[in-house]
Amino acid sequence: MAKLRVEDLKRIKESMKGTVNLRQGDYRVKVTVHMGTCGIAAGARTLMTAILEKLEKSGATDIILTSSGCAGLCNHEPMITVEVKDSAPVKYVNLDPDKVVKIFDEHVLAGHPVADYALSIGSETTY
Amino acid sequence: MQDLSLHILDVVENGINAGATLIEIDISEDEANDLLQITIKDDGHGMNAEMLERAADPFVTTRTTRRVGMGLSLLKQAAKETGGDLRISSEPGKGTTVVATFQDSHIDRRPLGDMGATLTTLIMGNPDLDFIYTSNLREQKVEIDTRSIRKELNGTMSISDPAVIGLIRDLFRKEED
Repeated sequence: MAKLRVEDLKRIKESMKGTVNLRQGDYRVKVTVHMGTCGIAAGARTLMTAILEKLEKSGATDIILTSSGCAGLCNHEPMITVEVKDSAPVKYVNLDPDKVVKIFDEHVLAGHPVADYALSIGSETTY
Repeated sequence: MQDLSLHILDVVENGINAGATLIEIDISEDEANDLLQITIKDDGHGMNAEMLERAADPFVTTRTTRRVGMGLSLLKQAAKETGGDLRISSEPGKGTTVVATFQDSHIDRRPLGDMGATLTTLIMGNPDLDFIYTSNLREQKVEIDTRSIRKELNGTMSISDPAVIGLIRDLFRKEED
């Protein structure tokens, strides 16, 4: 039976010592993966895994990755929403892991939305 | 849905939307009877008898963004294809339990898929909720209880920290090696 070992948790706790963990509080960017039945069937989980990998590599502590339900645009799944503080949220549609890697590099890290993959900029509904 | 881990991810999201704080996922095999059983139990707000009866109907949903709800009906179909079934029990205020059974060796029994990705996606997306995952299968034996991980971390870092998520993911990778 595979279980988490207390030693492993202690080890990562130790390695975090001295760094202020911003992840629990304030954040600069929030990335939401839409995880309804439609999103999951279209591949939303592969996006989550790809973004998580990028997040891990970047070492950034001011980015929150989370999930939400269906946004009502099932034909555009899989989708993510990127919210950079003090800017309008951007919904990206018809994604795949390669596209989210580009979005992570250009929008989440560098702050430039990737217009080619965006549905619309702002929070207006289109249905 | 290509595999069981995606169905599980989907059905667990129902529990999360029902305001659950603890979700238990159990996957076990009964080799003697050639059965695979998936149990997903939440402590959300549950359903009344009328809703319960219609829960696996694809044209029934509680959401307002669209008029169909495919999650449970797709899992039911996946179970039925193997000669298995889907049972749902629920009580308002207490929560809902979904049990899906499959004939394990059936040619149409979908593969388990990447449960590690399902679990890490759930924990990452819902760091305030607790998950208990137990699989007792020939291909995978894993036990995860986020309550004890949380206790051990003792507020020093979030359970959704990539370092913690990495450890959880590794539990499944070790199993595959």
